[in-house]
Amino acid sequence: MKFGSFLLKRLLLSIFVIFGLSIVIFIIARVVPGDPARMALGPRAPEEVVQRLRQEMYLDKPLPKQYFYWIRGVLSGDFGRSLVTKRAVSEDIKEYLPATVELAIFAGILMVIFGILLGTLAARYKDTWVDNLIRILSYFGVAIPAFVAAIIFMLLFGYYWPILPVLGRLSPGISYPTRITGLLTLDSLIQRNFVAFWDAFKHLILPSVALSLAHIFQDARINRSAMVDNMRKDFLSAERGYGIPERVIMFKYLLKPSLIPTVSMMGMEFANIFANAFLVEMIFNWPGLSRYGINAMMSKDLVAISTVFVVFGAIFMVMNIIVDITLAFLDPRIRLRTSRGI
Amino acid sequence: MRNSNQPNNSIAISLVRPKFIFWINLGKNWYKFSRNKLSIVGLVIVAGMIISAIFAPWIIPYPDHTGPFVDFENAMQPPSLQNLFGTDYVGRDIFSRVIFAFRGALIMAVVVLAIAVPPGILLGLIAGYLQNTWIDTIIMRITDVFLGVPPLMLALAIASVLEPNLMNSMIAISLTWWAWYARLVYGMASSVRNEYFVIAADLTGASKFHILLREILPNCLSPVFTKMALDVGWVILIGASLSFVGLGEQPPTPALGQMVSDGAIYMPNLWWVIVFPALAIVLAILGFNLLGDGIRDMLEIGRD
Amino acid sequence: MKTKENILLDIKDLHVWYRVYGGYLKVLNGVHLMVREGERVGLVGEAGCGKTTTMKSILQILPPGDFHIPQGQIFYKGQDILKMNFKELQSLRSREIAMIFQDPTAALNPVFIIGNQIGDVIKYSSAFAENEHKEKIKEQSIKALKEVYLPDPERMRINYPFQLSGGMRQRVCIAMAISSPRNLLIADEPGTSLDVTIQDQIHRLLNKIVEKRNTAIILITHSLGVAKEMADRIYVMYAGTIVETATPEVLFKNPVHPYTKGLLASVPKISGGGIAKGIPGKIPSYLNPPSGCRFQLRCEQESPICSEKPPQLFEIENDHLVACYLTQR
Repeated sequence: MKFGSFLLKRLLLSIFVIFGLSIVIFIIARVVPGDPARMALGPRAPEEVVQRLRQEMYLDKPLPKQYFYWIRGVLSGDFGRSLVTKRAVSEDIKEYLPATVELAIFAGILMVIFGILLGTLAARYKDTWVDNLIRILSYFGVAIPAFVAAIIFMLLFGYYWPILPVLGRLSPGISYPTRITGLLTLDSLIQRNFVAFWDAFKHLILPSVALSLAHIFQDARINRSAMVDNMRKDFLSAERGYGIPERVIMFKYLLKPSLIPTVSMMGMEFANIFANAFLVEMIFNWPGLSRYGINAMMSKDLVAISTVFVVFGAIFMVMNIIVDITLAFLDPRIRLRTSRGI
Repeated sequence: MRNSNQPNNSIAISLVRPKFIFWINLGKNWYKFSRNKLSIVGLVIVAGMIISAIFAPWIIPYPDHTGPFVDFENAMQPPSLQNLFGTDYVGRDIFSRVIFAFRGALIMAVVVLAIAVPPGILLGLIAGYLQNTWIDTIIMRITDVFLGVPPLMLALAIASVLEPNLMNSMIAISLTWWAWYARLVYGMASSVRNEYFVIAADLTGASKFHILLREILPNCLSPVFTKMALDVGWVILIGASLSFVGLGEQPPTPALGQMVSDGAIYMPNLWWVIVFPALAIVLAILGFNLLGDGIRDMLEIGRD
Repeated sequence: MKTKENILLDIKDLHVWYRVYGGYLKVLNGVHLMVREGERVGLVGEAGCGKTTTMKSILQILPPGDFHIPQGQIFYKGQDILKMNFKELQSLRSREIAMIFQDPTAALNPVFIIGNQIGDVIKYSSAFAENEHKEKIKEQSIKALKEVYLPDPERMRINYPFQLSGGMRQRVCIAMAISSPRNLLIADEPGTSLDVTIQDQIHRLLNKIVEKRNTAIILITHSLGVAKEMADRIYVMYAGTIVETATPEVLFKNPVHPYTKGLLASVPKISGGGIAKGIPGKIPSYLNPPSGCRFQLRCEQESPICSEKPPQLFEIENDHLVACYLTQR
């Protein structure tokens, strides 16, 4: 019960944060010198066109009123119209969001599996070559930005070793499955269209690996460090002293408390996956919301930018709540705040 | 108002200034730092970078190539003795441009941190000390807003609604970055403020300023320094990401991310156009990460 | 009764070093300790003298990486623990010896329920090798909790450690140690972190258990009084060496080693006599310990021979051994 109210508070806070963010972007975009309408249309557009755009964007009205119009729109599902695609932003979101979600989920799965795996291995074989290898790899892995990894992959697999596709979500010639969730892999599986599934899967590999690379290693490091910290703790020695076999100690008694900081980190890293997607989608020509967002940014499509932000903010809100729930599940001290004791 | 005749130096156990202690224990600190050989590697890399940045004007073989310059006869040459990293598609020497861009990135990171860190620390201190008051709530909620989105995303958004130039990208990154320090210091300050020596200082009449600056702040500084060392690498990364999409330094001035993005089309034949700037970015992040870990080992208590 | 065959544990000349900045902390400098079947041994010494390190060496649960054992042997039922392979060690830990830690809060895993932790100890102790049956394990854990007089064991099982009081946690630790039959219990200052009345309860509980099952026990304590009440034989430890050992009666009546004498004199007496006289000085640095006897710097009767070589334990009368050159004059 206490935990429920804790969640509720977090929810409200997140909503506040999203709105706060939109305000920040809004203000910066309009307060800073520069005419958004002019910037959008370029220096050669005729003045009347620019003026009309200004009116459309409510630029002649006072700032709070502009924000009010926008919020009113948002709450009723009307996110305004994109300057670039010339249609409702909500349409654009519906079209592009699933691609990004699919990519992020794949990258996230890779991150969770390999992050925990590598971290555990490094801790288990601490100070041996396994550990040292993983640590060195981690330093490099973390230092390679996602866009650099993406370009390396493009080079390797696009040219030298073309075994994996590098552009888009599906090869030309393969028809898209009927859209249910928008996640190509899921949709094609549901419809038993294994050809499309395999193709979509192949297209997912490179971008998700490029995206998740740095984060895998970041998580592995945290996992390893948490495990090493816990390895020194008395309860571990005690459990070992009672004769509990090593593998049970490693995978049960060491892993669970170590997951607590790891999961927190993974939440943050998952958000960073979305951020890096902005560049990676661009490189792989992945038709997702992040690429849409970058294009909007390039064209100063303020409405689209703000909306993309709100959408991502909402995604992060959901994700944070999931992380909180997972943490509460792992750590009873969070869950049972009403207890006495130290 | 406090009586000005009262002594305002705390009789309580105020922490000796940490910097002083640092130099006294230099031997021990060095041992802690150097236990991990990789930290030394990081130190070497960073030292190398700083030296090359400082001596850039003397090192760069072709200074004009960092500005508007074309030499199509010499264009697209692979690395040679004349052009260590080769030339790009308009004939500019890549080595010069990389060093120059590198220097720019380093300077930018330092400036960004200089702008973002002090306000962040200050706000975190104030909020942490005045915990559970309305000031605390306001400050921390604003911090939450800036932390609600990953830094790259926020920096991209801010930089993209402004005109693309170096100053604006620095502003964008600084606006993103202060919040992390505010939160970090907030956490530390709010626990330190409950320590006895702070309460004692308050009781003996020390001014709030003194308490904040002399009692609480020194105890929050170790993680801040660690974070700053690590952050130089991350700011360089974000700066490169921004210039990759065209925000930040505008051509012809070279920027690392921009060079990577420009060179992408010439792959795979002119591999040197991308590889060297990319290596520079990776090296920068690597160096500062290693250094930052070493600093953490040195300043903070037993981690692995 | 005191024949060689009854010897359960025999620590011979154990040296343990701990690696730190600047060298090694030479914590244990030749520990000799013997426990016979069913014997209650009290190990007395001040904080930091190496008691816990010795015990952890027996079970080989010293924190990995930084510990080094340059010499010494630990014989259990004739076999050297330091040379045991992994399987043998595991059998030792699950069947023969169990340790009850000093700080029960640190000794219990905070994210698992008690039932789970006790259950696993039972499950993996070879006494129940075939019995992976959940019900049986549950029964057994409830039985163990009952033996330590924990109220309402069924409900207690599903609690997390932080939901229990300190005394209860200590009992849980004891329950874990006795959940399957063992030959030797090691109790490291049980109840030290708790208040004295609870500490007393814990001691009595241990006594009862040990009597009932005829288990041997090494009781570590820094209180001579407790040792006198509970032990059949007392070992006095100082700075990583055993300085004297005897039965409580003999030790109290006729302490020989200056440290033991100092300890006994430090206990304030209700019958008066003013403030107790302490032992001036403090324990030597383990980083650069003095050569020879480690007590020499605080000893009033110190002489040049004391700094040449560490004195060996020498039997001065029946079953009363002392490590001091004074006895050899």
